[in-house]
Amino acid sequence: MPQITYTDADGESRTIDATVGDSVMETAVRNGVPGIVAECGGSLSCATCHVYVDENQVGDLPAMDEMEDEMLWGTACERTDQSRLSCQLKVTDEMDLHVTTPETQV
Amino acid sequence: MTDHGLLIIGSSQAGVQLAVSLRALGYPSPITLLGEENHRPYQRPALSKEFLQDKISKESLIFRTEDYWTEHDIRVVPNERIMRIDKDVDGSGVAHARSGAEFPFDRLALTVGARARRIMVPGADLPGVLYLRNADDALELKARAPLAQNVVVVGGGFIGIEAAASLRTLGKTVTLVEAGERLVARAVGRETSEHLLRHHTEQGIDIRLGSGVERIVGSGDTVTGVQIGDEVIPTDLVLVGVGVLPNTELAQQIGLDCDNGIRVDDHAIASDGTTIAVGDCANLPNPVAGAPEGDRIRFESVNNAIEQAKVAAYSLCGRVGEYAGVPWFWSNQGSLKLQIAGLSTGYDQTVVRRVDGKLSVLYYRNGHIIAADCINHPLDFMAVRTALGKGGSVPAEPAGDPSTMLKSITELPELQTT
Repeated sequence: MPQITYTDADGESRTIDATVGDSVMETAVRNGVPGIVAECGGSLSCATCHVYVDENQVGDLPAMDEMEDEMLWGTACERTDQSRLSCQLKVTDEMDLHVTTPETQV
Repeated sequence: MTDHGLLIIGSSQAGVQLAVSLRALGYPSPITLLGEENHRPYQRPALSKEFLQDKISKESLIFRTEDYWTEHDIRVVPNERIMRIDKDVDGSGVAHARSGAEFPFDRLALTVGARARRIMVPGADLPGVLYLRNADDALELKARAPLAQNVVVVGGGFIGIEAAASLRTLGKTVTLVEAGERLVARAVGRETSEHLLRHHTEQGIDIRLGSGVERIVGSGDTVTGVQIGDEVIPTDLVLVGVGVLPNTELAQQIGLDCDNGIRVDDHAIASDGTTIAVGDCANLPNPVAGAPEGDRIRFESVNNAIEQAKVAAYSLCGRVGEYAGVPWFWSNQGSLKLQIAGLSTGYDQTVVRRVDGKLSVLYYRNGHIIAADCINHPLDFMAVRTALGKGGSVPAEPAGDPSTMLKSITELPELQTT
């Protein structure tokens, strides 16, 4: 079963069993992982589901499209090379993804 | 004080956020989250967009897992419609459901939302005249859409346009009828309306502005046409999106002040001093910095439901909340994405930025930016939302050059250290 591990800005981690096809954002929100807000419910409109993907894994993810790229320039916490919007990351078979949530989303 | 805790009537965005925020703040009392629909609490925005276009499943609309509610000790009760409330002066009371069930409470929160305004023309009650407010509406629309080729959408506001764009994406022949002279006149400026009109016309939607519906024509028990003026537009399906009315009946029944919604103060508390009202049903003091004294507003947006619910959660925990957020809004219309930051009401100057099919209209009052409509331009939207949230400014003159990055000219106030 795919798993996502969410680590908050204070270093506390929580691992969730995820469902293939859901997004990394949906997996977090439905299970009440704090640190991911997702006001727009995943329609790429609010940039409140910002995560930093583990540096060894970020290169393995599908590339971002232009809209996600532009939205990421406006996130509440500084964008880095590891930044993604978790609503755009789909859970796949065998995924064992590690992401860190920023200090704030808004 | 008994141990009935808080009763939240309405389990949509505002009610869910209130319950979630309360537990996040450590609220110790029982919470009951009551909904009238026979569904688990779900998100509405996609009903007119991704869900209607079959891009996402019903399951992905669900707010939280069952485990979440259990772990956080929030009792979720679907399928109960409250008909009457008995309330004492101390804020406690009993809510009576149509089923006969009773829900006692120590404190009451009304997150009862709004309902679709009905059109009052001959034929409006024919089968095949649909509205789009809740999941059952969307399921009916999705069930009927495959059998219809011609669709008339009545109303050129957000719901009408989003649904029209979705139905067009599904290959339908779509006519959109709007009584006013431009699209979404209530929420966006003229330039934005014109851009929307051009875009959706290019996508093949036949848009009729300044056209009031005279009657809906049917044969037997099916819709066959919509009459505007002397013309009857043939149709298999009519979707009406002509605004909403706040649900204030329960509030009025317990004597709360209502005027275009349930009147609340800055802390989401109604006129009795105890009852909370949040979301589409609430009429609140305009939270935007620099708004005219005494100005009140009723928002119909996810963002407001969330922000106001947080304010209410702080109130219920005895902590004074600050409405820190910036009103914002989005509307995905087929391939077009409109994002609005702030409120443009009362602007005296605009700056229009056009580049590569993108459009941003910045609104200023007394030289200060107050809002922006951004079409397919998230970079501008995020820059303005950030500036508004931090009390910053985006000078109008350099903003007039569409190649200038707004973020690069944004001036933020010095950080206050106390």
